[in-house]
Amino acid sequence: MGLTTARYWREVPQRYRMEAGECTACGEIHFPPRRICMKCGKQKFETVVLPDTGKVITWTVIRVAPDEFTDLSPYAVCLVELENGVRLMSQLVDVDLDEIEMGLPVKIEFRRIREDGADGVLFYGYKVVPA
Amino acid sequence: MRDVAVIGVGLSAWGEVWKQSLRDLITEAAVNAVDDAGVEKLDAMFIGCMSGGLFAGQEHIGALAADYLGMGPIPATRTESACASAGTAFRTGLMAVASGYHDVVLAGGVEKMTDVDGGATTRALAAAADQEYEAYHGVTFPGLYAMMAVAHMAKYGTTREQLAMVAVKNHRNGAMNPHGQSPFEVTLEQVLTATRVADPLRILDCSPVTDGAAAAILCPLDMVSRFTKSQAIRVTGSGQATDTIALHQRKDICAIESAALAAKVAYDMAGVGPGDIDFAEVHDCFTIAEIMVTEALGFCEQGQGGKAVEAGETALDGRIPINTSGGLKSKGHPVGATGIAQIHEIVTQLRGNAGGRQVKDAKRGLAQNMGGTGASSTVHILEVI
Ligand SMILES: [Zn+2]
Repeated sequence: MGLTTARYWREVPQRYRMEAGECTACGEIHFPPRRICMKCGKQKFETVVLPDTGKVITWTVIRVAPDEFTDLSPYAVCLVELENGVRLMSQLVDVDLDEIEMGLPVKIEFRRIREDGADGVLFYGYKVVPA
Repeated sequence: MRDVAVIGVGLSAWGEVWKQSLRDLITEAAVNAVDDAGVEKLDAMFIGCMSGGLFAGQEHIGALAADYLGMGPIPATRTESACASAGTAFRTGLMAVASGYHDVVLAGGVEKMTDVDGGATTRALAAAADQEYEAYHGVTFPGLYAMMAVAHMAKYGTTREQLAMVAVKNHRNGAMNPHGQSPFEVTLEQVLTATRVADPLRILDCSPVTDGAAAAILCPLDMVSRFTKSQAIRVTGSGQATDTIALHQRKDICAIESAALAAKVAYDMAGVGPGDIDFAEVHDCFTIAEIMVTEALGFCEQGQGGKAVEAGETALDGRIPINTSGGLKSKGHPVGATGIAQIHEIVTQLRGNAGGRQVKDAKRGLAQNMGGTGASSTVHILEVI
């Protein structure tokens, strides 16, 4: 599957700057941003930047990876709950794979996501590391 | 709305079927279903297929299927809901007959998965997840279910052994299914020491990659006397529901809410509850999925799915036999065909034709089919007339 420059560029505010959408009516924060609030259905949002710390809600170690990630395998991925309650999926790096546990405090860092593919796009974004 | 019955079912060859193409598979299943029903012509077709594009470079599956079945120019439409594609094909066919739009409808499903290599398969399956916020980060499909398993184990005390017991049970059933891809038993020890895929899931926790197709013929209940070749089975309940595409936005990652919601609609329509179901086929794409769906369908309390399999409640001779066919685990999982293959097993059981895996006094069965990590679910209830 090719990933074009335009498709990559559209997600840059989220992947590079951790931008989320906060509903001006009810305060629910959506990551990624949405057009319609999941909680109250209103359609007005303000851009907010997510906090950069949180904790691991669940995780796994991927040992059979898609082609593009084979050279990273095995690697950990986790579901993170940030300080403000917003959740996101991320790789968990700079960690001993045997020492990951529920509730592990983590911090968001800007990293290269994987090796360059055939798409002519460099893949950057957020990963989390133990805080 | 009209009441609807299934008057015929059929499967294609099933497994790593190198000699047959996508069109061969769906045609074989459709011919078998048409023969089983004893119908001369169809009024419409609905064909589930998850990713003809990524697996075979082929889209436009509805027209392809009608063409090769020799049923052109009837209306033929593909349905797609990831691994619930065939469940939605069945429901769409059901609605077409119930509404009076069509009388004799074929609902089918097909996937040709083994023409691409393992990496491409992993990527095609990951297309059911959120591409930008899950797959982009290297999260695989087994990886998502593994994370649900870790959370379920932490919250409810579900054990690694209980996960393995799902695979052992389903292979025990599947060993008695002549249509299965992996018709052999496995031991607890084999599951617990198999190659690791995404911790804690190992290869024997995962359904295999499968080529296959399945089809069912539907008609109005008051028309079944015209088609007496095989025993007709009534469809009494149907439900479908969705949830967030990404796991990170679920209210509760330890529960499959779409399955619970689809089940509620189907139970209400049939006027029954979980205690009235004699047996069920559920979407065990991974062992943890069967445990979570057992809970969602109300066959046990939330969080008790692991204990239910350990206690033998879901075994062939248990309180509520689950996956008598061997499930996706042993029978195989051609993703776009699975939902109708489940219907095939329900019909086979209700006709009393399931041989060594026959459930005693089977009068009412339930089939639950699921896409993604539960972003789509369908539930159908079928009963002996
Ligand atoms: Zn709101």
